[in-house]
Amino acid sequence: MTHIDGSDQRGAKPRQTLSTLLYSKSFRTAVTQVVMAAVVIFIGLFLYQNVVENLRAQNIATGFGFLEQTSQFDIGEKMITYSARDSYGRAFVVGLLNTLSVSAAGIFLATLIGFTVGISRISSNWLLSKVATGYVEIVRNIPVILQVIFWSVLLRNLPNARNAVEVYGVGFLTNRGLTFAVPATHPIHSTMGIALVAGIVLAILGSIWARRHRESTGTYVNMLWPSIGLVIGLPVLAWLFGGAPTAISYPVQKGFNFQGGVTISPEFTALLIGIALYASGFIAEIVRAGLQATPKGQIEAARSMGFRPWFVTRYVVLPQALRVIVPPLTSQYVSLIKNSSIAVVVGYPDLVNIGNTVMNQTGQAVEAIAVMMLVYLTISLITSTFMNFYNRLVAIKER
Amino acid sequence: MTTQSQHAPKMATPLEPVMQFDPNAKVPFAKWVQKHLFTSLWQSLMTLVVAALLLRFAWFVLKWGVIDAVFYTPDPDVCRAAAGACWAVIVEKHRPMLFGLYPYDEHWRLVIMMVVYLSTIVASLMPKLWNFKILIPLWILSVTSIGILMFGGVLGLVYVPTSEWGGLPLTMILFSGTVLIGMPVAVVLALGRRSPMPVARGVSVVFIEALRGVPLITILFVAVNVFPLFLPAGVEVNKLLRITVGIAIFFACYQAEVIRGGLQAIPTGQYEAAASLNMSYWQTTRKIILPQALRISLPAITNHIIAAMKNTSFVIIIGLFDILTATTAVMQDPLWRRYYIEAYLFVAAVYLFFGYALSLYARQVEKWINSGRI
Repeated sequence: MTHIDGSDQRGAKPRQTLSTLLYSKSFRTAVTQVVMAAVVIFIGLFLYQNVVENLRAQNIATGFGFLEQTSQFDIGEKMITYSARDSYGRAFVVGLLNTLSVSAAGIFLATLIGFTVGISRISSNWLLSKVATGYVEIVRNIPVILQVIFWSVLLRNLPNARNAVEVYGVGFLTNRGLTFAVPATHPIHSTMGIALVAGIVLAILGSIWARRHRESTGTYVNMLWPSIGLVIGLPVLAWLFGGAPTAISYPVQKGFNFQGGVTISPEFTALLIGIALYASGFIAEIVRAGLQATPKGQIEAARSMGFRPWFVTRYVVLPQALRVIVPPLTSQYVSLIKNSSIAVVVGYPDLVNIGNTVMNQTGQAVEAIAVMMLVYLTISLITSTFMNFYNRLVAIKER
Repeated sequence: MTTQSQHAPKMATPLEPVMQFDPNAKVPFAKWVQKHLFTSLWQSLMTLVVAALLLRFAWFVLKWGVIDAVFYTPDPDVCRAAAGACWAVIVEKHRPMLFGLYPYDEHWRLVIMMVVYLSTIVASLMPKLWNFKILIPLWILSVTSIGILMFGGVLGLVYVPTSEWGGLPLTMILFSGTVLIGMPVAVVLALGRRSPMPVARGVSVVFIEALRGVPLITILFVAVNVFPLFLPAGVEVNKLLRITVGIAIFFACYQAEVIRGGLQAIPTGQYEAAASLNMSYWQTTRKIILPQALRISLPAITNHIIAAMKNTSFVIIIGLFDILTATTAVMQDPLWRRYYIEAYLFVAAVYLFFGYALSLYARQVEKWINSGRI
């Protein structure tokens, strides 16, 4: 055991002298580590002392007390009530919620496009796969920040509300964003939301039951149509019980703007399209690699046993593909969330943009940047925890 | 082989093969089309829809970009009258776009700088010249001449501070600075993470994971706003240098994970064989482990190097005038701002060109490695 680390303990105890000590590997390792730790601690202390002295010299306050102070700036887009009289802390929360909302929309869009393009890439149709390859090469190799700026300039150069571009009779594209018709607010909408969640939960429970039933009795119950029925049917039922309200709020042009409907701001849209298209290229490649991970022989074997194509995809290809796809896909999602921080170039008030404003107003750069970094670190840590959990769940169980 | 077959006696084949399969035989075009585009009704329908959309798009690009386009005019009104693209904006504005804030009369220095830069890079990429006796003098020479050209202040050249640098040369400097500083740091971090010493391992893990968990922008903010606070009063570090080091360390953390992957792929037998030859840790690492680990992780390393080139564009947020910032600034000109699509397409083409060149080279290197040439 000890012969690996160089100290010789064969037979009789060798004489311990200063030189054997100096040449022993374990001693050297210990000394190196002590020196290393000392250097790290010394650098840390040196930097800390410099920061404290510099801040005192420049009369900059320290600590996180500023989060309670009045912010004195307004934010264009917010999901919670906020005004210039609220605190810096609340401004950060507004920014965080904006980051999360643009990221959620981006993840949804990027996944949708990425899976479509990834599946097209391995299509047996030569033309389709070449088009998909071209798309991937272009969106992946142009800097995301250039893409976001491009969409932002494009949207800002759209005509104003008077000359708005009409989109299929449901919405208008203007330099103030995309405005489109939505159902007028009605109290039944929240109930419909609950019904939707209930439908999804019931569908999941149903498929768990179906699997148990299959494993114990051997009869296969197709839960596809009942699941779709539950997810769509429950909200429709709730809507019917609510008196089937059909009122729709149409956007109407008034002066330089629209009234009614819902408007998505050009800043949000530009950021969303930019980060989502960029990520979709990477996701397409991940999906392609995952789908190609199932050996062809397995698919042929399943087919020759008489399974339907859908069954083969669901029980042979997907379980193996997901094991390959999910880990890199999650890290793509994290990098999409981190890419949303370029919101500052298009003026969308995300966490970093608001943090930048706070930093410029208070001068407390260290604390403001620390808040931003901590938020992103937390998001990354949560994601990697989820990933480890998932990996354990899908790891090949050898029996 | 050939000589052997010449001397081999001719033997009559008892059985002529019924069907010969030649993988190199030319497939008739019609058969290829049938097999790849029209296998079934559904496939044929898809082919037709995709082809229709593609042709429509290609026609639009051709009409907008070539037929109706204006290629050269100093007068923006000519562009206004035209229905297509106005490539004249690039001709007219190429100097501020490519060279940013650099003094107009000194632009010739940047042209020479780019020639020196690109020839040095191209020379260093050729395996024939992979010899420290050639590369070290070459790099010393070209870095010195690039420094003289960029800064000036000697040989009768006007002094230009780094705050006035810009455009494509700045992008190039940021990119090569990132790779040159980042790669060694990445190797050290990767070795640290695989080290048997808990202190080295702990420091590396915390450093890598913390930096990989935050966006590049926050690191740029640290480099610009916080780093000066770390220094004793009176000591200043150039802003461009701070930013380059910031991007480089961010790059190094990602690259370290890639190299760690390569290190983990080395069989334990390699370490044991080196230990049995009584090689020290550094000898083993330098002569046995790293050359193999870097070869294994090369594809991923190049991916991150290409990503580093794209990431230099993040400096727009802190106001360095790289090619993207310069173009955005040029597009504030009221006479030409309508033609932003053409200008940004040009910048995108520059990134695509360099990215494509790098990935082509990377593929070539992989071939060399697989054939045992390097």
